[in-house]
Amino acid sequence: MDARSLEAIQRDPDYKELVRRRSSFGWTLSLIMLVIYFGFILLVAYAPKFLGMRLGTGVTTIGIPIGLFVIVSAFVLTAIYVSKANSKYDTLIRRIVEGA
Amino acid sequence: MRKLSCIFVTAIFASLPSLAFAAGAIDGGTKQAVNWVAIGMFVAFVALTLGITYWAAKQTASAADFYSAGGGITGFQNGLAIAGDYMSAASFLGISGLVYTSGYDGLIYSVGWLVGWPIVTFLIAEQLRNLGKFTFADVTSFRLGQTEIRILAACGSLVTVAFYLIAQMVGAGKLIQLLFGLDYWMAVVLVGGLMMIYVTFGGMKATTWVQIIKAVLLLMGATFMAGAVLYKFGFSPEALFAKATEVHPKHTAIMEPGSLISNPLSAISLGLALMFGTAGLPHILMRFFTVKDAQAARKSVLYATGFIGYFYILTFIIGFGAIVLVSTDAAFLDGSILEKTKSGIAAIQGGSNMAAIHLANAVGGNIFLGFISAVAFATILAVVSGLALAGASSISHDIYAMVIKNGKANEQDEIRVSKIATLFLGVLAIILGIIFENQNVAFMVGLAFAIAASCNFPVLVTSIFWKGLTTRGALIGGFLGLISAVVGVILSPAVWEATLGNPKGSAPVPLDNPALFSIAIAFAGIWLFSVLDRSARARADRDGFDAQYVRCQTGIGASGATTH
Repeated sequence: MDARSLEAIQRDPDYKELVRRRSSFGWTLSLIMLVIYFGFILLVAYAPKFLGMRLGTGVTTIGIPIGLFVIVSAFVLTAIYVSKANSKYDTLIRRIVEGA
Repeated sequence: MRKLSCIFVTAIFASLPSLAFAAGAIDGGTKQAVNWVAIGMFVAFVALTLGITYWAAKQTASAADFYSAGGGITGFQNGLAIAGDYMSAASFLGISGLVYTSGYDGLIYSVGWLVGWPIVTFLIAEQLRNLGKFTFADVTSFRLGQTEIRILAACGSLVTVAFYLIAQMVGAGKLIQLLFGLDYWMAVVLVGGLMMIYVTFGGMKATTWVQIIKAVLLLMGATFMAGAVLYKFGFSPEALFAKATEVHPKHTAIMEPGSLISNPLSAISLGLALMFGTAGLPHILMRFFTVKDAQAARKSVLYATGFIGYFYILTFIIGFGAIVLVSTDAAFLDGSILEKTKSGIAAIQGGSNMAAIHLANAVGGNIFLGFISAVAFATILAVVSGLALAGASSISHDIYAMVIKNGKANEQDEIRVSKIATLFLGVLAIILGIIFENQNVAFMVGLAFAIAASCNFPVLVTSIFWKGLTTRGALIGGFLGLISAVVGVILSPAVWEATLGNPKGSAPVPLDNPALFSIAIAFAGIWLFSVLDRSARARADRDGFDAQYVRCQTGIGASGATTH
């Protein structure tokens, strides 16, 4: 890619939109994952008794659904990113590449 | 080269009859009796994978074929292969064994192994595919000094691969000794030998298909086991937990975090290593070059995260199933230990890592036991193959082709170097596996993750996103991270006290995993020495960022798939 087309791409409003949207979305989702996971680790480290609280009359504790929630949230966050990237970002990228 | 490999293959097959004979000779000794069903299924797996290797070898001609299967793997296939790379025997047997002994603590570990994947999706996978070709050093050295950064990346890759490989080899030897009744050294030689055949002949294509087959078998086996356990309890987890807390000596304590995580800082440090280490493992990062574009790379992580998360939920059920069905059945327990400790959990034959294996026998009889044993062996084979390929690529692509030959290596020479490097790594892995037979290697996987998180990951993420990064900053920061991770592990209780035999409480570093400070040191070093860098090289490094960023975002100029 020569310098001119590089500058042209950088000025392209589609490119600007792609970078702004994808960066902020990617870092926001990363932050959410960090908060969920380290929230869980802090509960394990400082409030193990909370995780040991029983749900209703059985032996199942609240820690079980919380642990499962962290596992499922990892998948769901990934799925949210991928579906957004497939629908939005790929369209923008195609427009940028065709314009270049 | 071809001739050398042929001699090697002949040697492996020539040793098979004596192998079977030797195994027969120790029947009824201290080792597990020879399990013919397991051996039969394993031989079938090996025959199938060798057939695939033969097919892959015919299609592997160029460097792109060898390193990245020509970019022709689909997102779904790559997702399965990543899952196959990641679901090692350590996570299958280790986590179900941990759930068996400590219950909830096992879940804490599985969560940690999984949460790195979203980060890989959001920040690494597509960027890597758009910027790189064969190894992650292609990305880190994109605009920085080739020589220095390639050497750093090769050190980070090879050290990570070496520790991971030792842990897998020792685990393989022990496991196969128990499962098949083979001698330890034979098991290690068998694993190392098959690994060399897959990688040298079939390259990435064969390695990928070995991973895929193994991932499918492992997911099927684990699904059946967990399903059989739940079936016995009317598909009510509560009924399963109720019975488990009744028979486990720790009773309801297995339903909450236990003694495993005693020091909060240790817990956080381990969490950091697991989360960011995943995004720095060379054999995982390499998988993103096997798909055709960034979109496929992104999809493959989604599939992988789904498979791995599902698998960890299964291991949790399997662990609880083993508490109920294995620890209460005298057939799976060691009588003398049972007499001493009065605990079925402690008395399990072969140690807690065998919980899933015994459970297979309990729910599916001898045939299913053979199937799960063969799958466990296949799992180790697949993981070590992926590791060997990543290590060999680093030697041939980063060191030989880019540093020694200055990027002007003849493609066939480069492939030849890669094959020789694979043989070298295979022999090294066998020797190290034998040396470390009686050492505690449990800390080594944690160490591999800590190094990946402290050296590979910080350099990778700053090279992609931070314009201010310079060659000097990456080099110094990366090596600081690498060294502080290794030193931190040596001075930790796990090595200083448990392995080196110093008195308890004397470890200079109280954390079992160094990631908490070694990641911070790496990022601080990268930042400081980049900011202070006023050299001409630094100006070129920063000037190169814009073009790199455009390619990283749009994929314009990214290496495409080769067509067959």
